[in-house]
Amino acid sequence: MQYIPNTDADCRMMLDAIGVRSSEELFADIPSRLRLKRGLNLPPPLSETGLMKHMRALANRNADVDRYSSFLGAGAYNHLVPATVSHLVFRAEFYTAYTPYQPEISQGTLQAIYEYQTLICQLTGMEIANASMYDGSSALAEAVLMAHRINGRTEVLMPRAVHPEYRMVCRTYASKLGLRLHELPYTDKGATDLKQVKAGLSQRTSCVVIQSPNFFGGLEMLDEMAEAAHAVGALLIVCVPEPVSFGIIRSPGECGADIVVGEGQSFGNALNFGGPYLGFFATKEAYLRSMPGRLVGQTEDKEGRTGYVLTLSTREQHIRREKATSNICTNEGLCALTATVHLSLLGRTGLRELALLNLRKSAYAKEAIAKLRGYELRFSGPTFNEFVVRAKKRTPAKVNRALLGKKIIGGLELGRFYPELSDCLLICVTEQNSREEIDALCKIMGGAR
Amino acid sequence: MKDETIGIHGLAFNEPLLFDQGSSGRTGCSLPEVDVPEVKTERLLPKKLLRRDIPGFPELSEVEVVRHFTRMSQWNYGVDLGFYPLGSCTMKYSPKINEEVWQLPGLSRAHPYQPESLVQGALELMYELERYLAEVSGMDRVSLQPAAGAHGELLGMMLIRAYLESKGNPRKRVLVPDSAHGTNPASSAICGYQVVQIKSGPKGYVEPQSVAEVMDEDVAAIMVTNPNTLGLFEEPIAEVAKIVHSKGGQVYCDGANLNAILGISRPGDTGIDVLQFNLHKTFSVPHGGGGPGAGPVGLKAHLAPFMPVPVVEKKGERFALNHHLPSSVGKVRAFYGNFAALVRAYAYIRSLGPSGLRRVSEVAVINANYLMSQLKSHYHLPYDKFCKHECVFSDARQVPHDVHTLDIAKRLMDYGFHPPTIYFPLIVRGALMIEPTETESKETLDQFIAAMKRIAEEAERDPELVRSAPHKTKVSRLDEVKAARQPNLRWRPKGSDPTLSASG
Amino acid sequence: MYPEDLRYTKEHEWIKVDGDRGRVGITHFAQSQLGDVVFVELPKVGKPLRQMDTFGVVESVKAVSDLYCPVTGQVLEVNSTLESKPEQVNADPYGKGWMIVVKIAEPKELGKLMTADRYKTYLAAEGH
Repeated sequence: MQYIPNTDADCRMMLDAIGVRSSEELFADIPSRLRLKRGLNLPPPLSETGLMKHMRALANRNADVDRYSSFLGAGAYNHLVPATVSHLVFRAEFYTAYTPYQPEISQGTLQAIYEYQTLICQLTGMEIANASMYDGSSALAEAVLMAHRINGRTEVLMPRAVHPEYRMVCRTYASKLGLRLHELPYTDKGATDLKQVKAGLSQRTSCVVIQSPNFFGGLEMLDEMAEAAHAVGALLIVCVPEPVSFGIIRSPGECGADIVVGEGQSFGNALNFGGPYLGFFATKEAYLRSMPGRLVGQTEDKEGRTGYVLTLSTREQHIRREKATSNICTNEGLCALTATVHLSLLGRTGLRELALLNLRKSAYAKEAIAKLRGYELRFSGPTFNEFVVRAKKRTPAKVNRALLGKKIIGGLELGRFYPELSDCLLICVTEQNSREEIDALCKIMGGAR
Repeated sequence: MKDETIGIHGLAFNEPLLFDQGSSGRTGCSLPEVDVPEVKTERLLPKKLLRRDIPGFPELSEVEVVRHFTRMSQWNYGVDLGFYPLGSCTMKYSPKINEEVWQLPGLSRAHPYQPESLVQGALELMYELERYLAEVSGMDRVSLQPAAGAHGELLGMMLIRAYLESKGNPRKRVLVPDSAHGTNPASSAICGYQVVQIKSGPKGYVEPQSVAEVMDEDVAAIMVTNPNTLGLFEEPIAEVAKIVHSKGGQVYCDGANLNAILGISRPGDTGIDVLQFNLHKTFSVPHGGGGPGAGPVGLKAHLAPFMPVPVVEKKGERFALNHHLPSSVGKVRAFYGNFAALVRAYAYIRSLGPSGLRRVSEVAVINANYLMSQLKSHYHLPYDKFCKHECVFSDARQVPHDVHTLDIAKRLMDYGFHPPTIYFPLIVRGALMIEPTETESKETLDQFIAAMKRIAEEAERDPELVRSAPHKTKVSRLDEVKAARQPNLRWRPKGSDPTLSASG
Repeated sequence: MYPEDLRYTKEHEWIKVDGDRGRVGITHFAQSQLGDVVFVELPKVGKPLRQMDTFGVVESVKAVSDLYCPVTGQVLEVNSTLESKPEQVNADPYGKGWMIVVKIAEPKELGKLMTADRYKTYLAAEGH
């Protein structure tokens, strides 16, 4: 077997050196009744050829965004990934390394994380950022827990315009610690109702969570939200599942956010049927010691050479144990490296142009669909690269069936998350959707029976 | 004297930060064609929402980016470079065929919200993987949702809490042995439990008596690791489980050390109610420099109603996602799990088959015992009995020469090895936890043994050489005190102070 | 190493009594166990504390410890120079490394604390 170098002969030599006759003696301390007395009931082994055939067969039963046009977004985005990314990220020195606990032989990983932390700060407009969290939803949950640690309050304002799965994750995390989540409605502009936010705020409010662009693609008024929250001593947490928007949208930091979290999948990480993704987490200097996750800092060695280390680890589980800021250990290191490489390639102008392309393609589609008979835009406010369309004559399911027939995966049917929007679709348009694809989408939507 | 260490100097580069190189206007990316009208942004978005620029963002060409990261990669040590015996991390070799399979477009370029009819392959893989993991561990059901071991622990404790709540009382305390990984008490605390530490017994495992003394109807659960962090099988695990169950508590098992018992013993058969797997340990998913991994959770049937949603179900020949479990704890992350990691674990299990997996544990344990038998002449062994997949030494015999575990670890780098886990478990002073895994040859083990013996000799003959190690790495020991006292966590443009203000 | 005029807790804090005021810090043993101190988290002036309540946290590179108040009382002063110079805890644990001053509410509580001799015996018994 090619992954186990030691043959029976090698094992025989080692057993002799250990001083036992068979390996059974090494397992003698396991009580007999706890021993498995049969083979594992698993399929027999496949050769590399056999495995490849089997996996291709499985993969072929899935659609993918190469063979279909896709207009799905909702927290996972089909964006370009330059060919260069995989050639760098899948260098064995990066992907077969462990967490950089021994800094002298992990400077590659450590400098890359330092660069990643910097990029996240620049994008979010915040002062410090950690080395990554599992994904956008758990990063948001951890931010809510952090706000509670900071001000001790237990009420959380959670708009319905925040991704439904993110809200569910927050509820799951928060309920164990006695935090209460209050839902806030959205307006016909497709944004969170500021009046309702103000009405919901009190001295018991720990934080207000705002997603922007929100689940409907709409842009929220962060300045006003920050002001309202701070007036009662609550924190503003901004959540950004689509960070390509940072290319043209004003940073949450500039608007007064206290914590900014989001999903970094858009930066070079494949769709991967939902994971692994990349949670980013950034906040103000003042909250440094309350922030969960790993941190890399710059320092010097004995000869005065610059180097990087994991630092401020005493907040973390392996030292602080039950009083830790989080239980996180393994995070999404390679996904963070992927984002770093990706953003390095895009660069200052590339990210901006990418964001503009998304905005303009989405605007083109939005305008065209609004003109179609049987459809209207559900919300009137500005959007980034997603928008909600109401199907007046046919159900969303019927529309999507018609599209599938032409190998187009249409927008997300919102009824599964919002019963009041069961006649609506959430359509996402990125730079990966050509004009021809968008025109085809409109044509078929327009003619769908 | 001739230098006999394996580690040698090579040509490595100094490479500045991204932000200290490049030039205005450079980019490394080719964007798709602009085939739609270039409408002015002000017509589409309110002016006050617009961002003009991101000052300081990198501006490099493709070749500069490639050289940047290629040079940085050369400063790293990985399993593909050499022996990486980190205890409890199971740094086994990651088969390259598994890297090919997860990147098949049907698996890596599928959106999680595609209609079920368009993801039958993915759903089948998840369904089958659940069955395989359940079979390996002796559990009834498996949730594939958690992104890492600690994430799985958190879910496991949530499941226990939900179950006890359904019985009328979530209870207040969780018992955790002093040898446990730090994530154990941290995960309990997040679930709202108070942690009560139990001392390990003299033989290295938790004695049933210690558990009986503190077990009552206010204790929700005990968290055990089996085999434990000393590399020893918790022999009385079945009795411990019985004691906890007798008072209505649950038994959580940290499955990080599963590599020792595949096909040999199953946690589910020893009284465990919940356990997490670390796919990036036992099931060869690469470690990525700190993730991504995956931490599925195996559970017994009585906990199944509380599983996070969605679960994968089979109806005839079709697979479906069921989002409606009335008693579900909810979700611990959006979507379904670290699917690309699940694919690799699936491929690994399909490649090895039942006898292959058993052979993995058999050889992992032989390798570890071989190391142990050869090193105990030079290093102090606190528990002198056969170990499982890892063994724990201490620096007690080197301390009299003022050489400590940290120094031994740093000197090993000069010999071309990644150090073992150090200072864990906490119950052994100056612990050196060594886990070779089954993917190492006897020759590699012999080289490591030789190096460790040389270092022990150096500790006596020339301790300063060991204390001042490493000598051959890109940087020598780094000032961690400075890093913590004056945190510099990001680059800033010239002229501004990168360190945080003292109030941090 | 353990001044005679101070009183000591089992958690390795010292208190220097001056009328109804007590100055508090950690002992030489505690700072040597921690290693280089990188950060000290101290309470706000005015905070009420009971005997053995935690009043803050002291952090080194490898460890973090809670700080316990030797007596019941109210925080009167806090050593703000530790913000920029946490190393004072190592260099001068009984002098410049002082942490808080409390108003002593229950003088009888001082009787529960250890004298320097008793503290030295305690350390020896713990194997240090």
